[in-house]
Amino acid sequence: MGTLSQLMGGFTQALTFANIGWCLLGTVLGTAVGILPGIGPALTIALLLPVTAYLDATGAFIMFAGLYYGAMYGSSTTSILLNTPGESGSIVTAVEGHKMAKAGRGAAALATAAIGSFVAGTIGTALLTFLAPLIASLAIAFGPSEYFAIAVFAFAAVSSMLGTSPSRGLFSLFLGITAGVVGIDSLTGQSRFTMGFPSLLDGISIVVVAVGLFAVGEALWVASQPSLRVQEIEPVKGSLWMTRGEWRRSWKPWLRGTFIGFPFGALPAGGTEIPTFVSYTLERKLSSKPEEFGRGAIEGVAGPEAANNAAVAGVLVPLLTLGLPTSATAAILLAAFQEYGLQPGPLLFLTSGDLVWGLIASLYIGNLALLVLNLPLVGLWVRLLAIPQHLLYGGILVFSTLGVYSLNRSITDLVLLLLFGLVGWVMRRVDIPVAPCIIGLILGPMAEEQLRRALSISQGDLVAVLTRPLTLTILILAALVVAVPPLLARRRRA
Amino acid sequence: MTVRMRRRTTLAGMLLAACGTIAMPLAGAGAQEPIGALTLIAPAGPGGGWDQTARALQAAMQQEGLAGAVTVENIPGAGGTIGLAQFVERERGQGDALLVGGLVMLGAIITNGAPVTLDQVTPIARLTGEYEVVVVPASSELQSMQDLVAALRNDPGSVAWGGGSAGGTDHILAGLIAQEAGVDPSKVNYVPFSGGGEALAAVMGGHVAAGISGLSEWVGQIQAGTLRALAISSPERLEGLDAPTLRETGLDLDLVNWRSVMAPPDLDEAERAALVDLVDRTAKSAAWQETLKSKGWDDAYLPADEFASFLQEEDARVTGLLQTIGLAK
Repeated sequence: MGTLSQLMGGFTQALTFANIGWCLLGTVLGTAVGILPGIGPALTIALLLPVTAYLDATGAFIMFAGLYYGAMYGSSTTSILLNTPGESGSIVTAVEGHKMAKAGRGAAALATAAIGSFVAGTIGTALLTFLAPLIASLAIAFGPSEYFAIAVFAFAAVSSMLGTSPSRGLFSLFLGITAGVVGIDSLTGQSRFTMGFPSLLDGISIVVVAVGLFAVGEALWVASQPSLRVQEIEPVKGSLWMTRGEWRRSWKPWLRGTFIGFPFGALPAGGTEIPTFVSYTLERKLSSKPEEFGRGAIEGVAGPEAANNAAVAGVLVPLLTLGLPTSATAAILLAAFQEYGLQPGPLLFLTSGDLVWGLIASLYIGNLALLVLNLPLVGLWVRLLAIPQHLLYGGILVFSTLGVYSLNRSITDLVLLLLFGLVGWVMRRVDIPVAPCIIGLILGPMAEEQLRRALSISQGDLVAVLTRPLTLTILILAALVVAVPPLLARRRRA
Repeated sequence: MTVRMRRRTTLAGMLLAACGTIAMPLAGAGAQEPIGALTLIAPAGPGGGWDQTARALQAAMQQEGLAGAVTVENIPGAGGTIGLAQFVERERGQGDALLVGGLVMLGAIITNGAPVTLDQVTPIARLTGEYEVVVVPASSELQSMQDLVAALRNDPGSVAWGGGSAGGTDHILAGLIAQEAGVDPSKVNYVPFSGGGEALAAVMGGHVAAGISGLSEWVGQIQAGTLRALAISSPERLEGLDAPTLRETGLDLDLVNWRSVMAPPDLDEAERAALVDLVDRTAKSAAWQETLKSKGWDDAYLPADEFASFLQEEDARVTGLLQTIGLAK
């Protein structure tokens, strides 16, 4: 009861006319920065900090909350319509979402993404409200060896994303892993595969590779077709809204995605990407129409979109209860807390309870505001697809170049973007899937780094690393994920 | 492409700049003629310590009417060495730009073997400092710094230290502690974590034996009792923190994670003097002192000449240590 009355107190604080205004401003800004690849919520909040210093703390945090969720909404829009993920958490959305858009179901994809995000954000916020301290204490039980096991589990879980030909899938995967190890090795400080370019020292950004492979690669591929008319896109086929069948196919993935995404967000090194991969794979296995995957299956949009928004809610758990920032955005929010003289950490709820409950209440409001803002826009957004092909893809090139340049204002990033665009084009030509490359880029360095950290802590004892109870449990789960489906299939045949 | 064209003003910067231009004639009345346009380069992404320092300087200079339009430009990458290289190349001989940097940059130059070093810039002033805290999880058997040092002497590899990036301030302190304790710094089992939260989680979860970080990042957990502070790297005890200095525990060293501003190379004496004067006035201004208080930064102001000699000593100490650890080539 205590929690509920405090939450109500938070609502009375958040629901003032001015604060709702800040909330709306935050959601609009967030949607806008999510759309542009490169500019993320962390950067936007950092740039807003000097301005919000003139605001009271509640107003500022309410705006940040809207911005934070809004970025995830905006990012899915461009993933679906333009095959250009704005944030790394929406990369998977592009896989099925863009296929749906091409088949005239773009509006349905956008709607399931928006509603799924709302459902996940709201459930995630509720979990944050009631279970935060419990989840937070579990989260720090995860150390380097457990993260290594999680990376192995994720590799195993997403193996079905490798496509129909294992050799092609593995080629793509290893290409990603190779790109992932470029830069300063975080454990020894030595540079690897930078070929003497100082600008490669910080490694290759996931967003640059994703936009290069997906958007630029696709644009080049379309341009290389003998006739641009080959791929005439109909913006809307059938109803603009989700059909009854699409609703039926969406609601379970939303819920499953939420419960996959939330714990990953709460883990200090979990991130928003892995749960989207896991959710995608799960939906593909559970789908009644697995043959639609790869050609635009709505479950493949609904699940991952719920997962990334739930992860975003999860990130706030360790931030508010332990003062642990687990993402770039959380780190900036922490700096913002300090700006207002609040000391984030285990005592935050005690010392500034009013503000924290106001922030949590504004998360509920922000989520609702985003749904209200985004659903009516769906019809407008899909009009983008009515733009003639050559102009649309020309626009995508301009847009993705601009976005990637804004990331670091680095010419190297632009060169890499074009390079990966060419690689993406070649991969389409010879029929190699691009998604495994992104998986390798994210999971490869994580697995390596965490394993080496764990080995360093155990002074080189691999057995000690792998037999920690939690690590071993996750590794056994990983083995089951790989071994069980073929066994089941064999029994079914027998 | 011209240099000026590449400068971007952020929306916030433009707003502040606009306010500054309007307020300037009033605030600047009677004072020495302010520098017209100034670019502050933060060699890191928005939000980090150097970026915050640059933006706080920008705000203070404009509030006090010490400079006209001040813009902040971020050139992130490789511990600040990319920003440093661009700064030296682009702004050579120009008296209207300052680079923010600090101890982490010094470490990064050494570990990355960066071609451009701090020898090539003109030291202007050291501004702020933050002390480092050595902690263990509340549940740890180690009760004091002496316990930790004893464990380290007994078997250096068994003490896993968690902290920030390899060659950064936290790593440097772990090495210096070992050196003072008579342990070979190359045997220190330092585990670098990326991002502030990950190291903290590793210490709180007991995955590493001890942790090192800037005090402000972990002070909440120390106050709440989830972490136990064993020592602070300041020369004297800090108010509000129940922990001895490293010197008190028998380790003859202190370390401050300092931040500074530097000017381009090849300035003439008048240009250098103008920048030194500008930063001196800013550092002593009420607006800047207010910022230090609100951000919890320690005032570590050293004017140009003293900063230059400090920089030389610090460079020698850090280079020597990183070579011993095996990070420097």
